[in-house]
Amino acid sequence: MDNLVEVKDIYFKRGDTLIYEDVSVQVPRGKVTAIMGPSGCGKTTLLRLIGGQLKPQKGSIRFADYEITELGRNQLFEARKRMSMLFQSGALFSDITVFENVAFPLREHTNLPENIIATVVKMKLEAVGLRGAGKLFPQELSGGMARRAALARSIALDPELIMYDEPFAGQDPISMGMLVKLIRSLNSTLGLTSIVVSHDIHEVMSIADHVVILANKTVVGQGTPEELKRDGNDLVQQFLRGEADGPVPFHYAASEYESDLLAGGQKK
Amino acid sequence: METRKIELLVGVFISAAVVALIFLALQVANQSSAMRGETYTLYANFDNIGGLKVRSPVKVGGVVVGRVANIELDPEYFEAVVELQISKSFSQFPETSSASILTSGLLGEQYIGLEPGFMDDDVFVLEDGDSIFSTNSAVVLEELIGQFLFSQGDN
Amino acid sequence: MTFFIKIGRNTLNILQGVGAASIMLFQALVGKPEPRKMFPLLIRQLYVVGVQSMLIILISGLFIGMVLGLQGYTILVDFGAEQALGPMVALSLLRELGPVVTALLFAGRAGSALTAEIGLMRATEQLSSLEMMAVDPLRRVVAPRFWAGFISMPLLALMFSAVGIYGGFLVGVQWLGVDDGAFWSVMQASVEWQNDILNGFIKSLVFAIVVTWIALYKGYTAAPTSPGISAATTQTVVYSSLAVLGLDFVLTAVMFG
Repeated sequence: MDNLVEVKDIYFKRGDTLIYEDVSVQVPRGKVTAIMGPSGCGKTTLLRLIGGQLKPQKGSIRFADYEITELGRNQLFEARKRMSMLFQSGALFSDITVFENVAFPLREHTNLPENIIATVVKMKLEAVGLRGAGKLFPQELSGGMARRAALARSIALDPELIMYDEPFAGQDPISMGMLVKLIRSLNSTLGLTSIVVSHDIHEVMSIADHVVILANKTVVGQGTPEELKRDGNDLVQQFLRGEADGPVPFHYAASEYESDLLAGGQKK
Repeated sequence: METRKIELLVGVFISAAVVALIFLALQVANQSSAMRGETYTLYANFDNIGGLKVRSPVKVGGVVVGRVANIELDPEYFEAVVELQISKSFSQFPETSSASILTSGLLGEQYIGLEPGFMDDDVFVLEDGDSIFSTNSAVVLEELIGQFLFSQGDN
Repeated sequence: MTFFIKIGRNTLNILQGVGAASIMLFQALVGKPEPRKMFPLLIRQLYVVGVQSMLIILISGLFIGMVLGLQGYTILVDFGAEQALGPMVALSLLRELGPVVTALLFAGRAGSALTAEIGLMRATEQLSSLEMMAVDPLRRVVAPRFWAGFISMPLLALMFSAVGIYGGFLVGVQWLGVDDGAFWSVMQASVEWQNDILNGFIKSLVFAIVVTWIALYKGYTAAPTSPGISAATTQTVVYSSLAVLGLDFVLTAVMFG
């Protein structure tokens, strides 16, 4: 299979905390790849590593023909023109309108005349259903609309890869449904490759072609949704079924419950 | 906000600063031509310069014509050598001119008063680098009091 | 023993901060200039940093000048030297109060706003998103704000001094009856273009660099949380004020010493 992004044996430490040990992830071209895992396992960090905002201590990250870990600043910017990232908060620029937000990457990286920019922006806004909202400022949008506007901005330059950081977090069922549909349809109509980081299992399993489950600083399961449902790993099963207790314990590590209570007023 | 309005206000801002600068330059700072434009240098030796400082004014009849550029001590005669920068527009001082160290007001600054001398056929005009020979030192209060007491004692 | 360890650690931390801040500024300012893109951004920041600080600067300048006029008069009149009010007001404003008070007010008005704005851009991932759009946030966000601060503050200081001198004139001449002609002519006799106006201007240029730099660095490195941004904003005002007062002493010693 042809992989657009190939992460190989990376080892990443932030400060003194080890985040990844020997993580390898393949992202097949033209497919939707989901990265799932318990909160705090560093899913977003993986996206930042692929985007070159962070560098791993060991290992290699290939994107198209680039070896991200070895790029200088300018080459990295070249590589980033071919990828795009949808941030959790949307990260729209709050001092300019939605239209200008979508036009921003076009104005930065192309010398297109104003009428063509306007046409492209309208097309991108239409694709996310917000053509009527171009004149609004980001703070006038609902959370779901802001995320769709940000999506329009991230596809403005027709990237090959788009990374979604928790696109469903904090969304009501309707806007969640819209986003699920958008991610799927953009992927097929524009022929892009998508990486979705999320822990909304049902939504993700319904659109993903390839799923990677991260936990305990490493990859615990990788494959199609069907393959994973049959996976023998307890952790994978606990995560997919959403069980409260299992390999990931319900209780945060603590001293013996009884003796803690008997200790009375002494705080520990 | 619209771009045009922002541009307008920034324009107003810059103009206000220019107006402030012009006000400071014309109304607040001195415009004595002495330090601007071309100057030439004269020297004068004094036994005692009192409180004279570099940048003290040089005046003729109360009008500033230059500044004190430098003060040094002659290592041989132990005299103060004062370097005066005089504006080129006052370049007709005869060599018979005299320089005195005077005080403006009772507690004021000390300055150099130039007294132009007589002009004659065999009197040269002072040129760049020349020295003024006739000088009067600063009046030192202690000496003045001492002289006064001494003359009192005589009576 | 622990005392020396503390001193050592703090010194190293400060040096590291200065180093990181220098690298940030270097990366933001050095590179291929793109005037077509930079100019509109600069205008916008001049508006935010300069125009919006103008009112507080003008009002403070007027009042400080008026207070100087009043205080100076009551002291000088005892010596019968009220004609020296002009130079007293003008020199204190041009040499010291203009640059210093402007810098302090600027740190509180514009510096803290810059820190909070950039800190919030970091917290809301706008800076990361710029990076992912292959736009360097240092060039795009930090550089125009730096130039705007660098240009605005000396201009504000000029306005502050001018308005302050006018305030001194209002109180001294219009209210307390110092002679109009003497007020200006004695001032003109003792204020020097290079020594006073230019040196004051150089001072405010130095303060502009320091205050804007501190504000931008603190914002850029603020922890992306509410306490982080609030701490960074406070630090901007505190560090800028201390740096301005300390540098003012050094500059005064060099210029007028």
